[in-house]
Amino acid sequence: MSEARFSVGQRVRIDDRMPPVHHRVPSYVKGKTGVIERVCGLHGEPEKFIRGDGEPRQRIYRVRIPQAQLWTDYEGTEWDKLEIEIFEHWLELAE
Amino acid sequence: MSEHHHDHDRTFQPDHPEPTTEAARIGLALRELLIEAGHYTVDEEREVISAMQGATPENGASIVARAWVDADYKVRLLNNGIDAIRELGFDLQPYEFTVMENTEDVHNVIVCTLCSCYPRALLGISPAWYKSGSYRARVVREPRSVLREFGVNLGDDVEIRVHDSTAELRYMVLPQRPAGTADWSEDELASLVTRDALIGTQRELDVARKVP
Repeated sequence: MSEARFSVGQRVRIDDRMPPVHHRVPSYVKGKTGVIERVCGLHGEPEKFIRGDGEPRQRIYRVRIPQAQLWTDYEGTEWDKLEIEIFEHWLELAE
Repeated sequence: MSEHHHDHDRTFQPDHPEPTTEAARIGLALRELLIEAGHYTVDEEREVISAMQGATPENGASIVARAWVDADYKVRLLNNGIDAIRELGFDLQPYEFTVMENTEDVHNVIVCTLCSCYPRALLGISPAWYKSGSYRARVVREPRSVLREFGVNLGDDVEIRVHDSTAELRYMVLPQRPAGTADWSEDELASLVTRDALIGTQRELDVARKVP
């Protein structure tokens, strides 16, 4: 579990699902595609804190997404970005 | 709801208004049950609150000033914030600490859209607007408009990076060092750095703030 599954620069898709428990992925990024900006550490899985201690811990990645891909009528420039922390079990490689 | 008659310790701060919403009452009841069941004590809670209130944006300002005068420290701070602030006697465990550097071409701004995550143990209690639904919803959706309302007018040549602090990382912006401060001491430099600059809702620092 300690080996990081993704590396900086890889394109990833954030899963679009709605677990019936507390989780830390806001709706506006679900189903969106971005690039791994940074590989972070292992942390307790939010969904598993409802009964237990969050184990096994999951890797967090910072994912960079162009703002224009999040909002169809985005007001800013095409190089504006959003960066967000996403747990590994919410990510898959995007082709 | 009728008046509260059992003898739990009512230790919320005396200036705290009585809870008026259902959610606030549930929160207070949960807290009383946790204390009653021995998960933590009132004194421990008081200590945590005091520690948070003891932390201020000046801690962040001193970190910024060090990074401005010491290029090697800046590299360490940007690469591994938690280790770098420990060198200066600060800690934010169990969180990771991520410092984002403003440049001529990049402006960073911090938000937590899910709740109001903030490096409280380092910078103290976050401003009320940071916790507001309006800031949290709007700064990811229309960051340029929100920043304009804070007095930050960014040209199209500047890239905005909005950082949504949704999990176990805590963030701080490293503002740009103002021109004309080359011979200033670290303390003088730190006196320019505001709380809003550390969140990213201020970009230009005001050299007239200098405290000798």
